[in-house]
Amino acid sequence: MTETEARAHHPGLAHQFQDLEQQQETDTLGIWIFLVTEIMFFGGLFAAYAIYRWLYFAAFEGGSHILDIKLGAANTMVLLASSLTMALSVRSAQTGNRRSTVMFLVATMILGSIFLVIKGVEYNQKFEEHVVPTLDWAPQGETLAKIAPGGVGHAEMYFIFYFAMTGLHAIHMIIGMGLLLWLVLRARKGTFTGGYFGPVEVVGLYWHFVDIVWIFLFPLLYLIGGRY
Amino acid sequence: MVFLGLIGLTALTTGVAFIDLGPFNTVVALAIAFCKMLLVLLFFMGLKYSSGIMRTVVIAGFFWLALLMGLTMGDYRTRSWSPAPDSWSATAPPTHP
Repeated sequence: MTETEARAHHPGLAHQFQDLEQQQETDTLGIWIFLVTEIMFFGGLFAAYAIYRWLYFAAFEGGSHILDIKLGAANTMVLLASSLTMALSVRSAQTGNRRSTVMFLVATMILGSIFLVIKGVEYNQKFEEHVVPTLDWAPQGETLAKIAPGGVGHAEMYFIFYFAMTGLHAIHMIIGMGLLLWLVLRARKGTFTGGYFGPVEVVGLYWHFVDIVWIFLFPLLYLIGGRY
Repeated sequence: MVFLGLIGLTALTTGVAFIDLGPFNTVVALAIAFCKMLLVLLFFMGLKYSSGIMRTVVIAGFFWLALLMGLTMGDYRTRSWSPAPDSWSATAPPTHP
């Protein structure tokens, strides 16, 4: 069997497509359209955030002062690194290198876990400072002093946005981790060789999208207050 | 290279947050975030090497996002321009700055 014939009969090729290239193009277009719906999904939250931040500017600055900027910056770097390993694993799958595909996928999962652990530590801090709306909202002492100038009730609004936006982002991360695990299991069997890498590419695009959401969440939630 | 650029921009945006630029702090932070997004879109997500149809879909997505943000903010920002007639004031929501 020649190389071309092998590709034409690849088990990953669905019968409605003529060849792997056509299937790949269709897969990629499909995930992009899905990501556009995700842009609008997060976009609604970002628009609501923009309005409330404009209305209650001082309260949002005060709320942002309570967040740990170091943990936020560290998490940004961890997530960017995970995007790098994801891009490298897509590349490995494209060149049909089974070992490095698996290796980079696992690296991406590890970095994703580190992100979620740091996020968990941050959430825990919020509970300790009693700045979790509804569940544990009773800011005291220094925390209260930071948010009092803008109005405690309005600062609660900031934290509702903080938890809604980072929470939705974290849910996307957890879904992404599940997809990565599925990819690792398939990649180990050598599925992504011989020109078939659609699933790796699609999950990769999703993962990068989640990264982009965080790229905007970090300045909007952590940096708006100014630390000077 | 792209990754180092992204890390560098993250360090820059964090550093700038400690300098008082007045309202430009937000502008700078968002501009840096936008640059980072472009790097991820073009290189990690491969848009630089994609066909025109992918780019069209992405541009369409951001166009709708711009409509969402632009029209929503346009509404809130212009509410105070022309005062509501007195007859509305009993039911009108409080006007914001």
